[in-house]
Amino acid sequence: MSDIRYLAPHTLDDAIAQYAAADGAARILAGGTDLLVQMRSGVLKPSTIVDVKKVPELMAVEETADGGFRIGAAVSGAALEEHAKFGKVWPGVLEGLNLIGSTQVQGRASMGGNLCNGSPAGDSVPALVAAGVVATIKGPNGTREMKVEDVPAGPGKTNLKPGEILVSFTFPARPKGSSDAYLRMIPRTEMDIAVVGVGVSLTLDAGTCTAARVGLGAVAPTVLLVADAAKALIGSKLDDAAIEAAAAACSAACNPIDDKRGTIEYRTKVAGVLLKRATAIAAERAGRA
Amino acid sequence: MAKIHVSTTINGEPTEFLCDAGDSMLDALRDTLGLTGSKEGCGTGDCGACSVTLDGRLVCSCLMLAAEADGHKVETIEGMASDHLHPLQQKFLESAALQCGICTPGMLIAAKSLLERNPDPTETEVRFWLAGNLCRCTGYDKIVRAVMETAADMREAAR
Ligand SMILES: Cc1cc2nc3c(=O)[nH]c(=O)nc-3n(C[C@H](O)[C@H](O)[C@H](O)COP(=O)(O)OP(=O)(O)OC[C@H]3O[C@@H](n4cnc5c(N)ncnc54)[C@H](O)[C@@H]3O)c2cc1C
Ligand code: FES
Ligand code: FES
Repeated sequence: MSDIRYLAPHTLDDAIAQYAAADGAARILAGGTDLLVQMRSGVLKPSTIVDVKKVPELMAVEETADGGFRIGAAVSGAALEEHAKFGKVWPGVLEGLNLIGSTQVQGRASMGGNLCNGSPAGDSVPALVAAGVVATIKGPNGTREMKVEDVPAGPGKTNLKPGEILVSFTFPARPKGSSDAYLRMIPRTEMDIAVVGVGVSLTLDAGTCTAARVGLGAVAPTVLLVADAAKALIGSKLDDAAIEAAAAACSAACNPIDDKRGTIEYRTKVAGVLLKRATAIAAERAGRA
Repeated sequence: MAKIHVSTTINGEPTEFLCDAGDSMLDALRDTLGLTGSKEGCGTGDCGACSVTLDGRLVCSCLMLAAEADGHKVETIEGMASDHLHPLQQKFLESAALQCGICTPGMLIAAKSLLERNPDPTETEVRFWLAGNLCRCTGYDKIVRAVMETAADMREAAR
């Protein structure tokens, strides 16, 4: 690995200039928990590594003027967990992020890395999709915004253009009675890749669900926004019929692979089961929020 | 390609070294600096034998570039004992919480980092915190008990 260049710019403009100036084999380094493993196994041979952890915009945790949050793309799971307020407003996003790897991996792993690595099983992504989060992306041709669900293009691929960097995630303000939850199914109890992951975000007003979004991971080439599941929940009192319909919508959205961790039939069924459980947790939390 | 010059602090000592851009921090510790206490069990973040802290945060040194240490503070197992062993080290010895010893430096660094944050962890909290530290010898029980007992001793001593 000796013919690699390592750059650690201190400003976003420098990061973009350096990343764009390097050839196509340049890579952004956030926590490195995917990148270094891929370099070590020989899957990736970057010519240049641009470490973005000295860029303030990528490391900031801020509350926005309208009461939402802006989280830098390279903030580690451990750092976000220590924030006094974020996990109270977005417990489901935090639980997805904190499921990634071990304590050691948590010390480094970021939401930006999880999303840009492009794994359909990335554990923070379904909850980000459910949360309605917008990604801010900056490149040599300026800044643009993209919904999180539009960022992945397929396993290992994103819709970022050459030279573009994911800068931050913007979370909307939360109406009273809102909360979220993320659940994944893994064959072990820790340190494993999701067979199915479901994120649910919802708002309750006097027991009626007035808003909902559902993100579904590990059952298709990219994490999915399941609009039909949300539609089944919205307007209901989260009664059995509404929840069954939402679960059926999740199962119907599945287009999974068949592998040793889970068959197509199993993943499809579990998607519905997890939707029910995650909805119950989110609703219980929303009742207290 | 020219070597990268890194100025860092390791176990409280200002330290300078040269590395290639692709070298991991574990490579630099073991091969360049002769600090061979941190072990390489896997090189892919799975086993925790290479655990160190970076600015007080527990990380796998195999998943960190050596160049990233520039301007930061790294603590390794070599910095754990002062003129006497750290209470965790002493307890691991007394309660046979190690056999071959390959996982031990990582276990100790990880356990120390837990007790700094949470002096009174439950057994479940200890097991989850150490889930990224694999041991193929002990079956974990003696390790978990040693951490719990050290935590109790340290709370007692602090009273
Ligand atoms: C032992 C172990 C266990 C793991 N367990 C899990 C798990 O349970 N669930 C899970 O989802 N993942 C898991 N992972 C994978 C990994 O930890 C996560 O995907 C993590 O979120 C990656 O974040 P990172 O900051 O380390 O990314 P990096 O490795 O730094 O980057 C990942 C990719 O994204 C690109 N990238 C990073 N940031 C940006 C940016 N801001 N703009 C543009 N591109 C960017 C990089 O170039 C690279 O291609 C595990 C990894 C290990 C080593
Ligand atoms: S050697 Fe670093 S985790 Fe195994
Ligand atoms: S004592 Fe041998 S691996 Fe833990």
